[in-house]
Amino acid sequence: MSKKFWEKLPQGSVVLEAGSSAKFKTGGWRAMRPKWIEENCIQCMFCWMYCPDMSVRVNAEGKREDFNYEYCKGCGICALECPGKKGVKAIVMEEEGK
Amino acid sequence: MTTKPLRLRELAKGEDRFTFGHRMCAGCGAPIVVKQVLMATDYPIIASNATGCLEVSSCISSFTAWKIPWMHSAFENAAATISGIEAMYRSLVKQGKIEDKQVKFIAFGGDGGTYDIGFQSLSGAMERGHDMMYICYDNGAYMNTGIQRSSATPFGADTTTCPAGDVIPGKLQQRKDLTKIMAAHGIPYVAQASPSHWMDLMKKVQKAFEIKGPKFLNVISPCNRGWRSKTDDAIKLSRLAVDTCYWPLYEIENGVTRINVKPKEKKPLVDFLKPQGRFKHMFSGANEWMLTQAQEYVDRQWDLLQKQAAFSGGEEKAEDKPGAAPAEEKTEGQ
Repeated sequence: MSKKFWEKLPQGSVVLEAGSSAKFKTGGWRAMRPKWIEENCIQCMFCWMYCPDMSVRVNAEGKREDFNYEYCKGCGICALECPGKKGVKAIVMEEEGK
Repeated sequence: MTTKPLRLRELAKGEDRFTFGHRMCAGCGAPIVVKQVLMATDYPIIASNATGCLEVSSCISSFTAWKIPWMHSAFENAAATISGIEAMYRSLVKQGKIEDKQVKFIAFGGDGGTYDIGFQSLSGAMERGHDMMYICYDNGAYMNTGIQRSSATPFGADTTTCPAGDVIPGKLQQRKDLTKIMAAHGIPYVAQASPSHWMDLMKKVQKAFEIKGPKFLNVISPCNRGWRSKTDDAIKLSRLAVDTCYWPLYEIENGVTRINVKPKEKKPLVDFLKPQGRFKHMFSGANEWMLTQAQEYVDRQWDLLQKQAAFSGGEEKAEDKPGAAPAEEKTEGQ
């Protein structure tokens, strides 16, 4: 990010760009990495609904796609809430860097 | 504008109005609550925020996670800020200076900024009758500054200002029932919700937006740092809070109390307390009276709520579905 000097900052601590936090990647916080197993996925979208970091990608048809690892903090809510197919989870947590 | 259907797949195609890159802890409940609230509707929304975890970590320097107009001014005045914005908007529309786009106004606050510090401004805004909604995400302590007790902290919890040890076994007072206090203001809509029961939460938000006047929504929001639990159990714990009747899901609409989700089987409170490290000391021999006392309090509150619902004429809808059973929920979206 280019350095801004005070004269160039908007007055009154206003942030003019909506959703600018996207420039800050939180993926580096992750210790555990969720792995999506597509064949066990029933597209229930619970992972998407319960993700605190909006890191479950959904395409234009409303189908689930792989995680957005740039922002996923690896909390594991998705893996815990995943109903899976016949009890076999579609999301498992793995240690990062394995 | 019509009420948006709550089908998961349709919702998933929409754009998030609260976006990634915010710096809440991994597994925090608050962004889930905010996301569900903003997703429930297509109305333009203007929000104000009390100081708290949500505020400090969603807008840092020039990084904001909000895609809606959002304002923070201080800890104690989220409700006053949004009522000012609402009054200004109404005035400008009346003067013909701007077009009425049916903008909705929300104030977000944590339990510290709502139950304690922001209470007078909230009470004032409700009394003045502004057309706004106040949403409290209740994680039961001042988590942002390092887990100090608040009046929302449950009985027995270990916090840094009521540490469990030789002198006291955690917090000795019961939590304040803010939802009932807000209902006592005589405002048109007051409700309690949980992010685990997303359908119920979003229906409540939709319903509230169609009502003119002040609304209050109290939402449980697990905090794994302060509750000393695992990072992945925010939803599990909020579901347990509902199933143990620690956090009953009900609404009070124009004086009529309705219990929205009645657990099929009321679980013992220890199911909710056990996974949380902040209640660990309650399970050791000498402190077991605390478990009994906590359970008795929950039972009494639940009993009172049921009586209140029967007395006020709210028919008891036994919906046990949202969030609890995945298979049923999928077909439930109408």
